[in-house]
Amino acid sequence: MLSKVFATIAVVITGGLLLFGVYDFPSFGDPNSPPNAGVEGGGESVSQYFITHTYKDTKVPNLVTAVLADYRGYDTMFETVVVFAAGIAIFCIMRVVGNANDPRQKKEREGMHSFTYGDHNRIIIGTTCRVIVPVIQLFGLYVIAHGHYSPGGGFQGGVLLGASFILLALSSDLNSALKRFSEYNYFKLAAVGILIYAGFGLTSQFLGENFLDYGVLQPLLFTDGPEMARSHSMLGVEIGVAFTVMAIMFSIYANLASQGTLKDGL
Amino acid sequence: MIFAFDFIILIFMVVAAIISLKVKDLLSASMIFGIYGFLICLLWAEMGAVDVAFTEAAVGAGVSTVLLIATVYNTKRKSSD
Repeated sequence: MLSKVFATIAVVITGGLLLFGVYDFPSFGDPNSPPNAGVEGGGESVSQYFITHTYKDTKVPNLVTAVLADYRGYDTMFETVVVFAAGIAIFCIMRVVGNANDPRQKKEREGMHSFTYGDHNRIIIGTTCRVIVPVIQLFGLYVIAHGHYSPGGGFQGGVLLGASFILLALSSDLNSALKRFSEYNYFKLAAVGILIYAGFGLTSQFLGENFLDYGVLQPLLFTDGPEMARSHSMLGVEIGVAFTVMAIMFSIYANLASQGTLKDGL
Repeated sequence: MIFAFDFIILIFMVVAAIISLKVKDLLSASMIFGIYGFLICLLWAEMGAVDVAFTEAAVGAGVSTVLLIATVYNTKRKSSD
């Protein structure tokens, strides 16, 4: 009962803050607002700037990746932090609040799943998934590394890599997937991913520029000019995003499927 | 932009959305929600927003369906409240 009161208060405060934030939006149909700019009679357009300047500034042909990882680096960084926070929240709910070790619940769970474990009754599924998992992981690495030139990037590649581990857990069982990618390792990897991203930002700050202004990293990355430094830093940042997203996707699945026990389940 | 293609996908999307809300079984609801995700991914890909479509296919249709099913699998048939 008390928790419901606290939850209601938290929801009301969050909703109030969101509604308060709405006041800063440009009014509907305003010709000078950023989405309408560039249309006839409007102000100067941001999208037009991105379309004309992105390749000159960063030497990245895929505008979407350049906007996400460079021009709006803050946004993507805190998006990654949100993914990390979601993983930690699900971990806390399933493990700490959910009484995963309560003997009464454990007994109930044992009655629910009554199939036998092992590969002997799922040879076809097990073999197919073992063959296809490396292919998925290679494709995920390609999507991360090639995000500058084709659709994709850290987020999508990270989801693909995480999905490959989920497929491993689905085709055999959770234990054999956790043997390859243990809880200690995936939370470490998730934190390392955000540290990589924030590290790129802090390094450029140490070199005397703004946070996440990659152009100044040119002497550290041994590139031809600030444009290529921005391009390479985008790749580094995408790798950080991919680490976090991959680890958190698998951690969410592992905790949800086994009700926080990480033992059996699905 | 091909009008007929968009129109058919939008019709299917509305149908999938209504069915996933109306259906009683949670497992079927999450499966149909996955179908909805793939349809909106198709629509975005056709409109040229390939990056968004890729994310939707990977996250919205793929992983979130798996997570929903993993959660539904751990629920019981009857509510104890």
